[in-house]
Amino acid sequence: MIDSLTQFLNEHWDVIISLVKIALIVFIVLTVNAYLTWFERKVVAHMQSRWGPHRVGPHGLLQPAADGLKFLLKEDPTPNGVDKFTYYLAPLMALALALTSIAIIPFGPDPIVVFGHKVYLGIVDLNIGLLALFAITALSVYGVALAGWSSNSKYPLLGGLRSSAQMVSYELALTMSVVGVLLMAGSFSLRDIVNVQALHADRGIFGWNIFPQILGFLCFFTAAVAETNRVPFDLPEAESELVAGFHTEYSSFKFAMFFIAEYTSMITVSALCAIMFFGGWLSPFPTTWTFTHYLPSLILIPFGLWVIWDGIRYETIFGRIILPGVGTVITIIGAALIAFPVINEFIQGPFWLLSKIFVFLFIYVWMRGTLPRFRYDQLMSFGWKLLLPVSLANVVITATIIMLRGH
Amino acid sequence: MIPTNYYLFLSAILFGLGVVAFIFRRNIITIFMSIELMLNAVNLAFVAFSQAWNHLSGQVFVLFVIVVAAAEAAVGLGIIILIQRNRQSLNVERVDLLKL
Amino acid sequence: MNVPLIVFFALAAIAVLGAVSLIWQKHPIHSALSLIVVMVALAGLYLLMGAEFVAAVQIIVYGGAIMVLFVFVIMLLNAGAEERTSFSSLAKFAGVPLAAALLCTLAALMLTSHEQVQTAAQPGVTAPTKALSAQLFQEFVYPFELTSFLILIAIIGAMVLAQRDRKESHL
Repeated sequence: MIDSLTQFLNEHWDVIISLVKIALIVFIVLTVNAYLTWFERKVVAHMQSRWGPHRVGPHGLLQPAADGLKFLLKEDPTPNGVDKFTYYLAPLMALALALTSIAIIPFGPDPIVVFGHKVYLGIVDLNIGLLALFAITALSVYGVALAGWSSNSKYPLLGGLRSSAQMVSYELALTMSVVGVLLMAGSFSLRDIVNVQALHADRGIFGWNIFPQILGFLCFFTAAVAETNRVPFDLPEAESELVAGFHTEYSSFKFAMFFIAEYTSMITVSALCAIMFFGGWLSPFPTTWTFTHYLPSLILIPFGLWVIWDGIRYETIFGRIILPGVGTVITIIGAALIAFPVINEFIQGPFWLLSKIFVFLFIYVWMRGTLPRFRYDQLMSFGWKLLLPVSLANVVITATIIMLRGH
Repeated sequence: MIPTNYYLFLSAILFGLGVVAFIFRRNIITIFMSIELMLNAVNLAFVAFSQAWNHLSGQVFVLFVIVVAAAEAAVGLGIIILIQRNRQSLNVERVDLLKL
Repeated sequence: MNVPLIVFFALAAIAVLGAVSLIWQKHPIHSALSLIVVMVALAGLYLLMGAEFVAAVQIIVYGGAIMVLFVFVIMLLNAGAEERTSFSSLAKFAGVPLAAALLCTLAALMLTSHEQVQTAAQPGVTAPTKALSAQLFQEFVYPFELTSFLILIAIIGAMVLAQRDRKESHL
């Protein structure tokens, strides 16, 4: 019986491993979303000289769990007169599309070998990976527009219309600003885009796409922030402007779905910036500097020790037990990376990509805590009159230079 | 491999359904959407033939059809907005001032 | 019964159901959503045939821009569920038989068509985007530039048609 089971597993290997990868990545992305909300609240609070959540669990670390419980248990009223099908469809669509875009992102270079089969890090590698991501972005306008319209109320309708008009306008600048990278890479596949930057890996950070394509990166990041409806482009959903914009009439779990969709698209945009402009899983140091392979351990071990030290002196008993435990786990992981070079080599790619994603998420949250928001007409004229011509100019300049250099 | 016939049957069915929607519905916007459905059915036929004869012009033409459909949708919806403004109704049977 | 055939039938069923739903639904927004479903199903069929760029363009342009335009107009004009008027009886009697006649004509044409079309297609050649773009910018460069003019005309036309009268804007 074991033989037939192993034979079944070997025959349908790719399907099974894809299912396992999907389950793993969805779980990880949802957890990261939850702790991204904690991170945002803490960072914005510290920028505003206050504490943020610090009561629910040590340093407020259980706040996302409390929020999740609240969303699940809250009453879920459906307003009168809504268009029921569209009202239920909109958050589902937003969440499904946002989670689908994670499937296309590659998380690491080499295939690892599990039970004799090659497993690539990333659920799928499409030939048209980047175009598929733009297709998903294009479809996510519907989640917003339909939510605003189906709520049968003034503020959501206005917020939904404004928000979807903004998303459609910035989509053009978004796709144009990426054409420079595509011209340099010669392919839509995200792995190929990183591999082209890996051709110059001996130059480290200077081989990345950011230096030739600095204009493209700035346009892309600005347009992507507008696409995800974040500050400074979040007029359609700002509290002081339109109650809550297109998701006013949604409560409890449906609101949580919009929330998760927004944070997941933030993660996708950060991953795209890292992959297309900042070398993806490549290290910023030249590949000849092999001593930099110990950098993950060098970061993890002091961080773990600091968590232990901070936890011992924490105010609540619960914190004094949990925090040193978490710190010990982090220190042991850091030490294990030094002890087992095989795992250390494997962890290099994903470590750099995740660090870059983390930096971009921090920039997102930093902008939220710092910048005022655009007025709607300023927003639209910025998108059409400044961003689109600049990204077109970037395409023309890149194409001219590539043609002159004869690539 | 899937025979080209199957794709052409599907294209014919979609085109026929588009014609039925065009005849039966009275809302101008829905009639316009049935035109888009017919254009989509034709696109499917183009791509099916492009695959059958290994010739890329079918797909290039599909790109042009999509662009023309976009331009047509923009102008057509502008006209629909004008009709709504002038006749206060989106029912195509109320746009009958030129009838005998 | 291999996997591509199952996928084809599934996508074809979704497309036909979407088209039928376009006809059945009373509210135009539901018809618009059904049309989006049809377009996504057709994009899936294009992927099955190996036309990956056309599939992506179909979703981005058709499903993500043209249909958004439709949905905006339906929302802005506050198009409600259709009223049942009894103006025309020609459509009631001649509608379905004419459509069925059209379908039968097309089917008959297909069944008696040239042998070349009825045989199974060549093994799916993935059309790399590079070959497609080479064709688009070398053989078809003239129509390509003309379409940009077409879009410009459409933009100007739409703006002129939808603007409010000058007299009202000075109020």
